[in-house]
Amino acid sequence: MVAALHHRGPDGSGFHVDGSIGLGHARLSIIDIAGGAQPIHNEDSTVWVVFNGEIFNYVELREFLAGQGHRFYTHSDTEVLVHLYEHYGTDFVQHLNGQFAIALWDHKNKQLILCRDRAGILPLFYTEQNGRLLFASEIKALLPVLACPPALNPAALDQVMTFWSTLGDTTMFEGVRQVLPGEMLVVREDGVRKQSYWDWRYPTDDDYHHTSVDQQAEELRALLSDATRIRLRADVPVGAYLSGGLDSAVLATLIRANGIRPETYSIRFSDAQLDEGVHQQRMVEHLGVQHHQVQCTEANIGHEFPRAIWHTESPILRTAPVPMMLLSGLAHAHGAKVVLTGEGADEVLGGYDIFKEAKLRRFWARNPKSQWRPLLLKRLYPYLEFNPARAQSYSEAFFGTGLDQPNASFFAHLPRWNTTAQSKQFFSAEFKARLNTDAIALLEQSLPRDYAQWHAFNRSQYVEAKLLMANYLLWSQGDRMLMANSVEGRFPFLDHRVIEFAARIHPDFKMKVLNEKYLLKRALRNELPASIVSRSKQPYRAPDIPAFFSNGVALEYVDALLGEDTIKRYGYFDAQKTGFLLKKIRAGRAIGYRDNMAFVAILSTQMWHYLFLENGSRSEFTHS
Amino acid sequence: MSIEQQVRDYILENFLFTNDASVLANDASFLEKGIIDSTGVLEMIFFLEEAFALKVADKEMIPENLDSVDNIVRYVQSKQAVS
Repeated sequence: MVAALHHRGPDGSGFHVDGSIGLGHARLSIIDIAGGAQPIHNEDSTVWVVFNGEIFNYVELREFLAGQGHRFYTHSDTEVLVHLYEHYGTDFVQHLNGQFAIALWDHKNKQLILCRDRAGILPLFYTEQNGRLLFASEIKALLPVLACPPALNPAALDQVMTFWSTLGDTTMFEGVRQVLPGEMLVVREDGVRKQSYWDWRYPTDDDYHHTSVDQQAEELRALLSDATRIRLRADVPVGAYLSGGLDSAVLATLIRANGIRPETYSIRFSDAQLDEGVHQQRMVEHLGVQHHQVQCTEANIGHEFPRAIWHTESPILRTAPVPMMLLSGLAHAHGAKVVLTGEGADEVLGGYDIFKEAKLRRFWARNPKSQWRPLLLKRLYPYLEFNPARAQSYSEAFFGTGLDQPNASFFAHLPRWNTTAQSKQFFSAEFKARLNTDAIALLEQSLPRDYAQWHAFNRSQYVEAKLLMANYLLWSQGDRMLMANSVEGRFPFLDHRVIEFAARIHPDFKMKVLNEKYLLKRALRNELPASIVSRSKQPYRAPDIPAFFSNGVALEYVDALLGEDTIKRYGYFDAQKTGFLLKKIRAGRAIGYRDNMAFVAILSTQMWHYLFLENGSRSEFTHS
Repeated sequence: MSIEQQVRDYILENFLFTNDASVLANDASFLEKGIIDSTGVLEMIFFLEEAFALKVADKEMIPENLDSVDNIVRYVQSKQAVS
């Protein structure tokens, strides 16, 4: 099992066995390189821990615990976990500021604690079979020891083709679950008890900050600066991603303000619509940092796609994770083991287009007969070549979905989910017959009790954070693409102090009229180039269909996986419909969002099946 | 091949990905049935301009002209009549 995780921890491995319990660990050494090997135990070896991640406030915790009489035998952040557990019991997790997947064995009480960080940065999967519970950081470590051959969970594929991600603890693999963000499992002889120790929460009774906007901006900056400062703790060089957007610019600025000049890393695209090189260069000059960039071509994406699916362990609907894997490869090649990234800022501080879109649609819903209100939709998505707002009547029909129910639970997200769900028309009749759950109804059941009382903007933030961020962005585009090259990402915007502070910023200050992340811009405006603060948000995108075809000719594995025989043998998709989609692509007519998404969804599902259910070799398609 | 047949074949193959003619009624609204979205309508316009050698003006990009097989046939005929 540990060998399957070598890419996550190439620097060493360790084990601890105690009766029926076994802990294994693959180490990526970052703090206390010489002495921090895991598993680590307490003074009398009755509490043992293996963990993946970082406890950023370990310095303060160690000082406190030493003051309480605890004796330390390493200088690692890991060791605070066993002593903190001794001190607080299962409440120890409340005192951690970090990103973590923890497995802690309490010998005296004969209980195993499994828990994950609040936002879901680090993964932790488990399966129960024949009275055994097996857990690991990635599912591929569990597969060799499963009692039954691995199989696709039909509900999971249905969810991915609705939300871009699975829902809750579901994974693509039948019988394999994930520990949820902010969740703890207490495993004992008599069963498994699950408890949520943290969740995203928003005001219900006008419990917003009532200080001035400038005071809030100042406080936000101070918190972000401290979140960045403690994320610079490492015994190896720390780098930073620089996308050209606001969030990474803020982080790089705060790193410099903390007295460190990080090396920075960027992706470049040859397609001018996707490339942000000009803005990256502006920040490099502003910061005076040593910068590295990787040119990502369509051919790179096609070539690396099989390896990316091996790491995501899930189908994907866009190729966007693949360049992120090339980027972590660039950081690794330059010796970086740790990079800071701006992920999370859009969810925490209100940056996404979907928030803007929902705000405009709500404004329109107040007077649905208005002629000019829907014209504002033209302000959405100006960066798209085939801007849907160009055909006004059609964009009105699309964005007008649910206009009669502006307070519905998922008002903001339904148009997007409906579009994604169009890919399900490619499901085979046999596969459709295996589906017996309603993904959106399941999500509705999982909402917090006071969700309906939250401001509509906050409701959208919650859904983004719990679903797309935790189960796609941090998973397929984040941790898995970083760890593919043994690089650890750190996310200051997801420090829980920042999240909790931001939850109480009134939505009008998060998005002022249609100016996204307004308070963040206000907080850092004097430290950033004006062009970075004023530029419209450009979502990160990558080429999809063009990455797999050259002059209408498909890559070899595309033909193999999407051929009629393979499609029929795997059974998920309709061979005729897939054939027509390929014909459309070859004719150069598949320009739309829906076709691109359907193609990547089908190809990645077929690839997933080939790699994990047929033990296919990814090296057949790629060099690594 | 008639305008109707060309349009039907195009919609069936490129938006419904099938050759089962029974799934498409000539008076079915593409928007209501979710057959075409706002990007899809641009694809449709590229097709009409190429197949029937006409130019779709921005003001003509409306459901009355483009939202069903019947509407498209009527629209194409009207364009051809004036050219």
